[in-house]
Amino acid sequence: MSLQQFMNEAISPWMKEEGPDSDIVMSSRIRLARNFEQVPFPIIADSADLEKVLLFFQKEYEHQSFSNYNDLALVKMRDLKPIEKKVLVEKHLISPHLAENDEEAAALISSNEQVSVMVNEEDHIRIQLYFPGFQLEKALEQAFTFDDWLEERINYAFDEKRGYLTSCPTNVGTGMRASVMMHLPALALTQKINRMIPAISQLGLVVRGIYGEGSEAIGNIFQISNQITLGKSEQDIVQDLRSVVNQLIDQERKARQLLVEQSELQLEDRIFRSYGILQHSRIIESKEAAKCLSDVQLGIDVGYINDISKSILNELMILSQPGFLQHYAKRMLSAKERDVLRASLIRERFKLEI
Amino acid sequence: MECQECHERPATLHFSKIVNGNKTEIHVCEYCAKEKGYMGYEDEAYSLHNLLSGLFNFDAGSGFSEQHTSSVPSEKGLTCPKCGMTYQEFARIGKFGCAHCYQTFSDRLNPVFRRVHSGNTTHHGKIPSRIGSGIQQKRKLSEYREQLKQLIANEEFESAAEVRDKIKQLEKDLNRDGEGEEE
Ligand SMILES: [Zn+2]
Ligand SMILES: [Zn+2]
Repeated sequence: MSLQQFMNEAISPWMKEEGPDSDIVMSSRIRLARNFEQVPFPIIADSADLEKVLLFFQKEYEHQSFSNYNDLALVKMRDLKPIEKKVLVEKHLISPHLAENDEEAAALISSNEQVSVMVNEEDHIRIQLYFPGFQLEKALEQAFTFDDWLEERINYAFDEKRGYLTSCPTNVGTGMRASVMMHLPALALTQKINRMIPAISQLGLVVRGIYGEGSEAIGNIFQISNQITLGKSEQDIVQDLRSVVNQLIDQERKARQLLVEQSELQLEDRIFRSYGILQHSRIIESKEAAKCLSDVQLGIDVGYINDISKSILNELMILSQPGFLQHYAKRMLSAKERDVLRASLIRERFKLEI
Repeated sequence: MECQECHERPATLHFSKIVNGNKTEIHVCEYCAKEKGYMGYEDEAYSLHNLLSGLFNFDAGSGFSEQHTSSVPSEKGLTCPKCGMTYQEFARIGKFGCAHCYQTFSDRLNPVFRRVHSGNTTHHGKIPSRIGSGIQQKRKLSEYREQLKQLIANEEFESAAEVRDKIKQLEKDLNRDGEGEEE
């Protein structure tokens, strides 16, 4: 397999499109949790029950009848190799939980990888929609379209007072988790993000960084999502999230501008050192790679670096993960071997651009 | 508030834990929550799920269950007739076994939902159109009634008359549907 081909697989086609505010918002996602009324939830159901749920999707899939999405592929977990599952997890197409459920678990994935429907995850159905940049409303609209189509065919577990009934009490009501993935290097560098997180959590939203050993989020990537699913409409939840994300975008832009004005040379030095490391290192750990990629992405966004494609952070963050590296190497790798392969793949990726 | 474990990151998770009958408040960052085992293996490296059982136990230990044991003697054996999930099991794992569990444990859910969903206990979002047409009509009806009040207060009587007619029609429809079900 050529590297170029592999790249095509590493980055989902929808990620290549540029969305609104994509210098800061990497992606928007809506997830809806739904259940069959008469079937126990997967946590307790026996395999005959779960097989019924799977069979519904199997039949619809064979009839090619999914509304608006005639390009969904049905992927059964029991047919996948461990590494293939890992790659799907790393691309956020399935959850680690689904990969574990194994026997009766499956996913329907659209060819552009924008839609994925998990079957027999924690709930019977989890509809996920991704959009590039900041496009929560659009994602919600399309998630509802799919939901409406399913609802005509399935008796959902629904209650007038409690809404959509889910296995976990944290999802009941709308069953919706809306989230936005943000790259906030300037807010992280100036430590402003630490002061903003508590305020945001008071609004019923959650900020998640992927933390490594220090207090810095890996790659300065943060996910903002709603915590509350009961008592508010989907539109209101998305609206609340939108206003907070808008403020974060504003603050991040201001902080970037300030950094460029006040410490131009230091910033430029930091960015180009990271660029150098990515272009030349022979061994690189995931944490260092993420830090350097964040710097280079910032360099692209503030205009210091002009010769690299804009979604390099998205792309190489996914590519650098263990599942992908091992899929590429076609064998299991030790941590040390992964650091070597990661460095070499990143080097080659940068050579392709120049 | 800073994290009580690392004193470095802000505490983003707050919950209570019952140890030997004593309630302890815990304030930690996500990283430490994971590191110290307050959270287990999780989808997307985060969730309240595993903190929930602490929550339920807190509710059970705060006098809430005592009120109920007096009125419902078999409270401890509260079991979902559909899936066999007991309340104790539910409190331990923090997950429902089936849709019917919501009815079975109904009396005990409001305090839990209030804590998880910022005081909310009732759904205000989407309604499946096929199974929920009646619910939607009822919602529409209360919207119209609200509108009518506003219009009368603003002395916009012409519009008020229109809305009043809509309400009458909707009430008629609802009654007819209701009779239909009884037949
Ligand atoms: Zn901590
Ligand atoms: Zn049940």
